[in-house]
Amino acid sequence: MANAREVLLRIRSVKNIAQVTRALQAVSASKVQKAMQAMYRTRPYATKAWQVLTHIAAQPGRTNLHPLLIERDQIENTLVVLISGDRGLAGAYNANIVRFVLNNFADYEVPVRYITVGRRGRDMMIRRGQDIIAEFSDLPAAPEFADVSSIGRLAVDEFLSGNVDEVHLVYTDFVNMVRQDPVVKKLLPLEVDSGEGRVAAFDEAHHGPEATYIYEPGQEQILDEIVPRFTALQVYQAVMESLASEHAARMVAMKNATENATELGAALQLDYNKARQQSITSEMLDIAGGAEALAQR
Amino acid sequence: MPIRCEIVSQDRMIFEGEADTVVLPGTEGEMGILPNHAPLLSALDYGVILVRYQGTEEAFTVAGGVVEVQPDIITVLADRAENVGEIDISRAEAARERAEKYLAEGPPPDSDAYLRMEAALRRSRLRLDAARRYRGRGARRAGLPPVLEDK
Repeated sequence: MANAREVLLRIRSVKNIAQVTRALQAVSASKVQKAMQAMYRTRPYATKAWQVLTHIAAQPGRTNLHPLLIERDQIENTLVVLISGDRGLAGAYNANIVRFVLNNFADYEVPVRYITVGRRGRDMMIRRGQDIIAEFSDLPAAPEFADVSSIGRLAVDEFLSGNVDEVHLVYTDFVNMVRQDPVVKKLLPLEVDSGEGRVAAFDEAHHGPEATYIYEPGQEQILDEIVPRFTALQVYQAVMESLASEHAARMVAMKNATENATELGAALQLDYNKARQQSITSEMLDIAGGAEALAQR
Repeated sequence: MPIRCEIVSQDRMIFEGEADTVVLPGTEGEMGILPNHAPLLSALDYGVILVRYQGTEEAFTVAGGVVEVQPDIITVLADRAENVGEIDISRAEAARERAEKYLAEGPPPDSDAYLRMEAALRRSRLRLDAARRYRGRGARRAGLPPVLEDK
């Protein structure tokens, strides 16, 4: 039988936890708003840039257009850019993305190397003995393109130097406050038929598959400038999506924790009341018993 | 048949709508794009984009970027862009003075700060020019109240 004082101590600690999780929930709630706004602001540009890239890649004779568009005959090494969070206490957010990446790439037919973004993802991947060639952590709370462009550049460089033959981007897509989906996107070489049915249909309908661009100033100059930059931009957008997802996941996790703590607190309060009543009852019995004994004498 | 025009900068959607003609500041010179243009991919210089539609005209400043033209859509991916009506003239003027003063002091060229200031100077000059030339004109034609000029 729990004694009243012990129960009281537990109630106090549960209440403390509830207070902390409630505070974290409030913080995440404001952060998720900011992250969502930032993400929605940059989304149109990133989406358009991706469209332009797929248009370029969809052209016939793409193979000699730009090195980043060339599909290699033999894939010997794969690079995965994994975007996770720096901090825990975000529910299953970090565990989900790591499980997702391992499901997809653990039994991959060629060796897989990783670039990790975020401390949690890095630690979990190291623990599982994965080959990490670079890691980026402690990103600013509201990253600018310049803060993360080096991640994309590194992926591009690895691809160009021939160290890897394809690059995948794994991040958490922000759908809404309660739903964030891990996704994998093939970054390099550019894939044309990556579910961009609308674009393909559009191209067919409007200028046939054989239409090619007029380039100004020159094909090489312009492709050299935009293809690597737009590729890096996709990484940036993935970071923004992941960040919003992380805050949303944390907010929901903290909300659940607060609710659980409140519930547990109520149950413990009942236990405490019972224990207290019981002790009073037994004390009264003692007194009554003593009085009875005295009266009989 | 009008052509669709979308102008996005890195941090927001600037313009989305129909157009009869769009004039763009390409690096190789100004280009006027009409509907059913051949696919074109061009770098953009500092300059002004004019979107004309049914007798109205809207002007946007753009500080470099890329444009993709398809027969029925023009997509402008600008490094920076804004509607001329949004330009804060006094702020642009202040920015220009600051940049001119800094550059007049003769800091070492090729340093980051120098290049940044030079870019800022180009941008503020572009804004001021565009505001002077296109303010009010397009807005009045579009049936909007004329923008109040700053002193």
